Amino acid sequence: MLEYRVEIALWAISGIIPFFMLNIWTNNNLNESINISDIMLSRYFLCAFFVRQFSVVWVVFSFEEDSLMGKVSPYLIQPLNPFLRYFAQHLAEQITRFPFALIIAFFFFIFNPESIWIPNLGILLLSIVSTFLSFLIQFLIQSIVACLCFWTEKASSIERLLFIPTLFLSGLLAPVVSFPTYVKSWIYLTPFPYLIDFPANLLSGNETNISGGIGMQILWIFLLFPLFKKIWSEGTKKYTAMGS
Amino acid sequence: MVQNIIDVRNLSKSFDIASKEPGLKGTIKHFFRRQTKSLKVIKDISFEIKEGEIVGFLGANGAGKTTILKMLCGLIYPSEGSILVSGYLPFKRKENFLKNITLIMGQKQQLIWDLPPIESFYLNASIYDLDKFEAKKRIKKLSEMLEIDEELFIPVRKLSLGQRMKSELLAALIHEPSILFLDEPTLGLDINAQRNLRKFLQKYNEKTNATICLTSHYMKDITSLCKRVICVHEGAISYDGKLDLLLKKLSPVKEILIVCRSEEDAIKLENSGFTVKNKVKNEITIKIENNSITSSLKSILNNFDIEDLFINEPPIDEVIGKVLIKKEYDI
Repeated sequence: MLEYRVEIALWAISGIIPFFMLNIWTNNNLNESINISDIMLSRYFLCAFFVRQFSVVWVVFSFEEDSLMGKVSPYLIQPLNPFLRYFAQHLAEQITRFPFALIIAFFFFIFNPESIWIPNLGILLLSIVSTFLSFLIQFLIQSIVACLCFWTEKASSIERLLFIPTLFLSGLLAPVVSFPTYVKSWIYLTPFPYLIDFPANLLSGNETNISGGIGMQILWIFLLFPLFKKIWSEGTKKYTAMGS
Repeated sequence: MVQNIIDVRNLSKSFDIASKEPGLKGTIKHFFRRQTKSLKVIKDISFEIKEGEIVGFLGANGAGKTTILKMLCGLIYPSEGSILVSGYLPFKRKENFLKNITLIMGQKQQLIWDLPPIESFYLNASIYDLDKFEAKKRIKKLSEMLEIDEELFIPVRKLSLGQRMKSELLAALIHEPSILFLDEPTLGLDINAQRNLRKFLQKYNEKTNATICLTSHYMKDITSLCKRVICVHEGAISYDGKLDLLLKKLSPVKEILIVCRSEEDAIKLENSGFTVKNKVKNEITIKIENNSITSSLKSILNNFDIEDLFINEPPIDEVIGKVLIKKEYDI
């Protein structure tokens, strides 16, 4: 069991990019240029860490491996879409991550006691909903890319192309507010800022358009879901059950 | 009258296969202009299978047996022709169709590797909408039939291949499907495990009247389970009919080793008109056609002083081996 415990701890630690970014921002006083205080910035990156922990998705890699190894075949003849299995796996892992995320937050507050805050219940609930919606958007995007396995066998390469805009435009490296105005207006039309930036701003108490943000998240889910259904139904016709 | 549960008409399947010339030049050429060719792996086949039948699909590696099974269970989409299984088009994968079938592939597993099989059974039970009470009942019944007990609570990765295969079967049958597609289910199992699995499948078929479509390279699986076989040669059906008829056709004579009381009797027998394969002292091996075996043996026992005799069946693998390399058999 030791290896499992270590693996879970590593999962949790692997998402600490936001803390590195916080360090870069504060050490270089970059926050002054965007009018965000040190405290708000550190809360933002802590929240970005939390949102990332509970919205990270790797379904494209799991599905690619399973389809290359022939493991998808038994799933396909069961009356349950295989992606629901992966969905359940992600949810189960999120629950496992929770205590480790709390421990990391505890240490964060020890080193940054001035950042401690308690969000009100309404904001907390909305943040949980928004984080879940962010997870749904990422899950749908990756599931669409994963379905390309039916044509290319190497869908993860396409996912890597998406990783770059996700990294830069989601708010993981910098709050989207720090981008120039004309760039921002374009970014807000993509799904990326609703993955980390919007839920993290909401939870940390930064000024944000709550209804607009949640509305955009729901809109993206409504756009992506039929696309996923279509690509899934076309892709399964191409399935050759290789490796099995 | 027993109804057809599987109806296949003029079924064909083609795959696009990428072809690349060897070496760096070939790789660069392939990168910019990918060449593919269409390969027809199933060629215009038709057959029906009746409810409760156990049918063996025979063929050499790459003949197309597994591709047929995959199309029958809806895993892959046919290129041409029609398939009806239990009244459904398999590739549409309708819920009621999927609840009625199962596919078991030797060496491919659906059990969760790090958890005991019982967890996978309950997961499958909920996928097939079985309540906990019903799931428990079915697990108990199937585990008794399969003779597994403690293994249900040991992580899958710690089970032997035979125990794992039994657990796979239990997981695949928990929803009590009426059609079983088995692709080399005994692959890699030892002789006892193979025998137990065959016994189980026989029992399952008798108890539930399930239809079983089976591919196997172990002839014992075919001979002990299937009355009917479909031989597949390069994507086409070379024989579809009773197994015993095929065997009779392929091995029309039996070899009889006769031990006479004296060498004189053996010489007399050698000169009595039978086809003699060989003779060593008082032991003589003759060949007799299947249709005259009873009368010939009666005449030998009445006219010669016989100490012992042995009827040798030709090895089944040798006989079936002939099927795998021939295009067509008319029986």
